[in-house]
Amino acid sequence: MSEGSETGFDRSIYDRFPTKGRRPKGELEQLREIWCGPKGWQWITAINNNFVGVYYVGAAMLFFVLAGVLALVMRAQLALPLNGVLPQETYNQVFTMHGTVMMFLFAVPAVEALGVLLLPQMLGARDLPFPRLSAYAFWAYLIGGLAFFCSLFFGLAPDGGWFMYPPLTSTTYSPGINADFWLLGIGFIEISAIAGAIEIIVGVLKTRAPGMSLDKLPIFAWAMLVFAGMIIIAFPSVILATTLLELERALNWPFFDATRGGDPMLWQHLFWFFGHPEVYIIFLPAAGAMSTMIPAVARTPLVGHWMVVLAFLATGFISFGVWAHHMFTTGLPGASVGVFSAASMAVSLPAGVQVFAWIATVASGKMRFNTPGLFVLGSLLIFVMGGLTGVMAAMVPFDWQAHDTYFIVAHLHYVLIGGMVFPLFAAIYYWTPMVSSRPLSERLGRWTFWLMFAGMHLAFLPMHLSGLMGMPRRVWTYAPGRDLELPNLISTVGAFLFAAGVLIWIIDMVRNFRPFGSDAGNVYDGPGLEWLPAELYSVRSIPVVKSLYPLWDQKTLARDVEAGRYFLPGAPTGGRETLVTSPVQAEPQHLLPMPKPSGWHVWAAVFTAGFFLLLTVQAYAASIVSAVLATYCVIRWCWFLDHPLPQKEVDVGAGLMLKTYASGPSSTGWWAMVITLVVAGMVLAMSVFSYVFLWSRSQASWSAPIGAETLAVAAMNLVAVLCAWLASRVLAKPPRLTVMLTVAAGALVAGAWWIDLKTWQGAGLSPDLNAQGAIVHAMAAWQGFFVAVGAIMAVYVVLRWLFGYVGPDRPATIQLVGLFHAYVAAQGLVTLGVPRLFAAVPA
Amino acid sequence: MTTRAADESFKGWPPPVLDPAGPFAAPLNTLTWGLLAMAALVMVVVLVALAFALFAPRPWRKRLGGEKLIWIAGLGFPVVVLSVLLVWGLSLTNKLSERPQPGDLRVRVTGEMWWWRVAYLDAAGREVLQDANEIHVPVGRTVAIELESTDVIHSFWVPRLAGKLDMIPGRRNILRIQADKAGTYSGQCAEYCGGAHALMAFVVIAHAPEDYARWRARAERPALAQPSTGAVVFEKSGCGACHTIRGTSANGVAGPDLTHVGSRHTLGAGILPNNAGTMSGWIADSQAIKPGNRMPAYPVLSGQDLRAMSAYLESLK
Repeated sequence: MSEGSETGFDRSIYDRFPTKGRRPKGELEQLREIWCGPKGWQWITAINNNFVGVYYVGAAMLFFVLAGVLALVMRAQLALPLNGVLPQETYNQVFTMHGTVMMFLFAVPAVEALGVLLLPQMLGARDLPFPRLSAYAFWAYLIGGLAFFCSLFFGLAPDGGWFMYPPLTSTTYSPGINADFWLLGIGFIEISAIAGAIEIIVGVLKTRAPGMSLDKLPIFAWAMLVFAGMIIIAFPSVILATTLLELERALNWPFFDATRGGDPMLWQHLFWFFGHPEVYIIFLPAAGAMSTMIPAVARTPLVGHWMVVLAFLATGFISFGVWAHHMFTTGLPGASVGVFSAASMAVSLPAGVQVFAWIATVASGKMRFNTPGLFVLGSLLIFVMGGLTGVMAAMVPFDWQAHDTYFIVAHLHYVLIGGMVFPLFAAIYYWTPMVSSRPLSERLGRWTFWLMFAGMHLAFLPMHLSGLMGMPRRVWTYAPGRDLELPNLISTVGAFLFAAGVLIWIIDMVRNFRPFGSDAGNVYDGPGLEWLPAELYSVRSIPVVKSLYPLWDQKTLARDVEAGRYFLPGAPTGGRETLVTSPVQAEPQHLLPMPKPSGWHVWAAVFTAGFFLLLTVQAYAASIVSAVLATYCVIRWCWFLDHPLPQKEVDVGAGLMLKTYASGPSSTGWWAMVITLVVAGMVLAMSVFSYVFLWSRSQASWSAPIGAETLAVAAMNLVAVLCAWLASRVLAKPPRLTVMLTVAAGALVAGAWWIDLKTWQGAGLSPDLNAQGAIVHAMAAWQGFFVAVGAIMAVYVVLRWLFGYVGPDRPATIQLVGLFHAYVAAQGLVTLGVPRLFAAVPA
Repeated sequence: MTTRAADESFKGWPPPVLDPAGPFAAPLNTLTWGLLAMAALVMVVVLVALAFALFAPRPWRKRLGGEKLIWIAGLGFPVVVLSVLLVWGLSLTNKLSERPQPGDLRVRVTGEMWWWRVAYLDAAGREVLQDANEIHVPVGRTVAIELESTDVIHSFWVPRLAGKLDMIPGRRNILRIQADKAGTYSGQCAEYCGGAHALMAFVVIAHAPEDYARWRARAERPALAQPSTGAVVFEKSGCGACHTIRGTSANGVAGPDLTHVGSRHTLGAGILPNNAGTMSGWIADSQAIKPGNRMPAYPVLSGQDLRAMSAYLESLK
């Protein structure tokens, strides 16, 4: 065993690289052939990140432009007092859509897309570990997003604001299906964001180039890792919130209805527990891109690399303690206001560290004023201004004045445009040469920058003033004679100037952006692996990484990589594959065979979108058919997984033999399942929070039925855990035993769920009776969903057994199904225990 | 005279947030200026650092380009600034969120879509008087405003008198305000409440104590309604189903109390000056003036009836 090794890997093997001698003839051609993209209309079946990443960024920018057009229409309406461009009703839909589309359909997908496009290249992987998952996430997002946007053209767009506060969004005050479009449309797109986050976490931790230990991990990958972790923690909260509100709307379960023990404040807590981290979720990847581009543009390593990494982690951590600063005017108790105020100020410290790390880097190098350089500098200035008004708003008494006024509109646009849009434009200019055969134009880029920079300040600087002059947010018009005319007119002019900059960028893209062919190369002399010569298979061979800036430190690296002198110079298994390495030291562990393009994930996305959209328009039968079809497509997609290759071990270069099959914690599938269960656990945790919150607001104490059934439910869930655990232990025995144990685990959790539900109904608690009825049934519904998925998995295992696909040579499926069943059983224990626990305590 | 005062209350310059008129707003003004100065100072520090990083001679830049800069300017400096601010902010928060005192005047304001129901309470919390869309207060006396809502969330904001506070169904928030000078102060809903949120305003009118007593005595009397054509039209058109005019058969509670509507400063919840012309316009087609509001338009009324009813309502002083 090698000294200090994570997996027992002998690191002296790295010294065999770069290898000597010529590579066999035909190897490169085979690699090209294996990774070539689908032809013709089949481009939609592409799964390689070189395609999907570009589609993904493109779709996000499409939504940026669409939501930007909405902003222009709003600014036209507000240019003059009592203007008649948009009627009130339409304006309310337009501002809701602007915020919603910018946050959910542009900002989060855009940074996720950047990750999908860049990470495999930066990490030296051939692709992300679950290419079909990211393609699925992309198609679900695009179809769902376009359908959601089109609701605007039918007057069906939501009009409750992007924050959707009940009771305004309850059926009493929003009877149409507009609000349902938001709840189901956005709820669905959140699922796609989570799928992307799982992909990114596993990709960063498991598919790095050998030797790229965490201390050599590119700063962008660090940012994406924290970003994805934050999505895993934050998004479940809004998924729960949207589910509860939709249940209240569709089935009259009173979570937020104060007349039946609900509380509109519950929504605000759940929404902002997601909503504020969301801002940092958007900001972190952009900050990671800044910390990547500034060193490249200034030609010097990032000063304070570790401080910046720690700043990412601190941002992620603190951002979960600031959500209530959106609620300073709701009359929260004084002590909690103090804590949230302090946390809101503390979260600006890591931002300060990053800003001065960038300034120090600029100082230690020599800045080039090319287009990416201008955009990063502009970003820095705008972001600092937004951060400072953020500190102002974190001061509770000031927020009492500024909250919900144009001052905050100015603040948030400074933060988001400075913290995300400008870095994104810098990134687009900087990385276009990596994907396009021509770089973007420097001349047009300068025009774009200056127009956007000037337009940004012209549009948003006056808004600080109009806010202090008393102009509230979300108003479709304002009265004349209040001196609001001038600042509003200036803002409108600025908005159109900004749009002119974006228009020039679009022209630049049309003229110069040519993806999927050759690339323009390392135009900006970047130091990362993404600048290695590459084709659709990514790099010819996967290098051993020895430093943070490999291309600057190893002058011959590009040549050796291109000559196939490192890992995986060909395709030893004859199919698509990439190296899987260990999470800390990035030591090679095994080879991961990867799928080829296929249609199943696309159909799965179509039918998933269909399910949600048909549900929105209340076509219930059709939506169920769509759900069944989506499930079928997912099963077909999974069916190809977990088949061992005939070659148990292959040579991945220099005689290093790696296994082609993995299960358990070293495999990517295991990581993905565990992260998925963390997401589920977060939804559960937030529903427990909801239970306790509503319980604390209840006047009478909430009772819960306790009896023999309680013990039976607990026992059944415990036995289910045991069965799930045993199932993969007995694989060496006849497969029938494993299958029986799996089915038993699924049946036990289902039975326990049924008995628990019946006990509540026996106790006379109906879901529309009061808040307790609603939240107990919501938890039961959540558990019921997992029971159903567990049942489908059990049936899937039976089917695979019938086909002879269950055996000791392929334990992965059984392990993952077992993990899932064990989780469902544990969740059953929580949903059983929490109400009983609080029944014993008076509120 | 009245409309003039109302007009002044809506002036945007100087910015109301920076033009406090009472002890609950004045510290916020000081704080705002303090924060603006802090923001300007930090911005200058960043700009100077960046300018040096970009353009200074190499040896200077070399000195700047190390981790020391991050420790001092990126961490140390903000920690000091933020600590000072935090102490200031929290002590001010505590001071301004004191519970209502026994001597405070009690007023309950209920947010409605999209107007304000105002009830003056006695010390025991019993309702003495109902009014709408304007709040009368005596100068120099603290008023504890009990904020409630029966429909959706609204937010009560009079920037010259205090910060804003939300009105949340199922909860009661108390905001204390005090005006140090007689005058009118504009207020509006700050929390998006759907439909006509943009047009949901009101005024606070501060009187010298003796004027306040006079106003209160008059407001507590029932309407001085003489029999008139307008009163008949009002009754025949069914207006009393939604509106109350104390002393008449009109006793509806869905809409604003109109007992002394003629003496109000504004119509339509703070959006129009109050005179016979605007009153007629509002009755005939309030939907054109304030789309989506809960009062139907009355295009069926003849011009004569409309004028008569407006004259009647305007006479309710």
